[in-house]
Amino acid sequence: MNTFTLDDLVVIMRAGGGEDREELQGDILDMPFGELGYDSLALLEITTRIENKYGISMPEDVATSVRTPREAIDHVNALVRAA
Amino acid sequence: MTAAVVTGIGVVAPNGVGTENYWRSVLAGRSGVRPLTRFDAGGYPVRVAGEVTEFDAAEHVPSRLRVQTDRWTQLAFHAADMALTDAGADPSEFPEYDMAVLTSSSSGGTEFGQHEIERLWSQGSRYVTAYQSIAWFYAATTGQLSIRHGMRGPCGVVCTEQAGGLDATGRTRRLLADGGARFVLTGGTDASLCPYGVTAQSANGLLSDSDDPDRGFQPFAATAGGYVPGEGGAILVAESAEAAEARGAERVYGRITGYAATFDPRPGGRDADGGSRLRKAAEQALADAGLEPAEIDVVFADASGDPERDRLESMALDRLFGPRGVPVTAPKTMTGRLYGGGAALDVATALLSIRDGVIPPTINVPALAPGCDLDLVRDEPRPASLRNALILARGHGGFNAALVISRAH
Repeated sequence: MNTFTLDDLVVIMRAGGGEDREELQGDILDMPFGELGYDSLALLEITTRIENKYGISMPEDVATSVRTPREAIDHVNALVRAA
Repeated sequence: MTAAVVTGIGVVAPNGVGTENYWRSVLAGRSGVRPLTRFDAGGYPVRVAGEVTEFDAAEHVPSRLRVQTDRWTQLAFHAADMALTDAGADPSEFPEYDMAVLTSSSSGGTEFGQHEIERLWSQGSRYVTAYQSIAWFYAATTGQLSIRHGMRGPCGVVCTEQAGGLDATGRTRRLLADGGARFVLTGGTDASLCPYGVTAQSANGLLSDSDDPDRGFQPFAATAGGYVPGEGGAILVAESAEAAEARGAERVYGRITGYAATFDPRPGGRDADGGSRLRKAAEQALADAGLEPAEIDVVFADASGDPERDRLESMALDRLFGPRGVPVTAPKTMTGRLYGGGAALDVATALLSIRDGVIPPTINVPALAPGCDLDLVRDEPRPASLRNALILARGHGGFNAALVISRAH
């Protein structure tokens, strides 16, 4: 697969968590998920959707420790490269 | 005892969204029961239903909340918004632990759960969403309203099938009287018009299989043959009278003055009440309100639509009030039975009746059944000065509830 990008993540965040007030626009790479309106349950849902779509498995401690879109993207790309 | 008053009403009903829309329909005898369109009901024993067609969740519920809630909760979000606006109250102005949410639920988030089960068997467990953990269960609506409006006092949910709207309102009165809260969102909604939902409902054997919207729900009629299911309900703002006065509440629809609940004995045993404890609930609610039967000006009946259950309710009313001793009505003939939302909507309707001095009609009852010799208000509204209304509700499995509401002054 190609590199997992912010655009890919945003598509999954919208599908799995909804979006209000155009939160997922502009420079959001380093904004905490909480500030973007996504709580731990939404992150669990988003993580599972990434796993299903890209055929990877994110360790639970990774899934619960990522704080920003940049961290999530880096983790996913590392897992995809290792696969 | 500190009086509990209702200061706000929000209605989401098959024949009208918004309190005044709904009330105009009810007084005009306009039904919201139509052929079921939500899904292809061809293979199911239900043909007509009371669907809420004027509600678009995308208009009223933020996307972040839509993905994690069932339609039943979404209807309650909108009803609660309308009730709070009606009450002229901004919850952010009150201490969060002085406010509570106490709703009824009959089956939780059935439609949401059905979609998750479909994903489970078609795609596998990894495709069941994380939100199933919070969307389906009975307390989801109460919890979501609590979070959304910052109401962190003693919240709860009552699950007594179709009696739940009265039980939630009755418990709210107690909560306000005990000082456990001063501002409560109560009532309830339901939205279970999906294949999973109607399959579960039809197990009680009481649903009508008629494909005629005017024939599916004819309580107390000689032609009664079950009931039509519906969705929707009402959310009410209830406050202690002192709190409402202190904040300068714009209006008081009425007081919640009496409540009781009973449970039927094991089926099969027969006694003078036919094994029903509905009359007992009504008597105890009147005693709780300190009222004599003659002081009740109207009864909002449970109005099952099942001939035997109609007869039992008629007998209870006859014994309590005497033959044709009180006007009786069942505006739910215009919505179908709304499960967790039904009795809550009846409370709202009764409050509007008291406000406007008019008893709304029962429709689709051309002739009363033998043994149901009631003063049933039929087809046209009846003007009446109303001081006190008795509302009755029964839930499948033996639940009975009775609530008395009274004019504000």
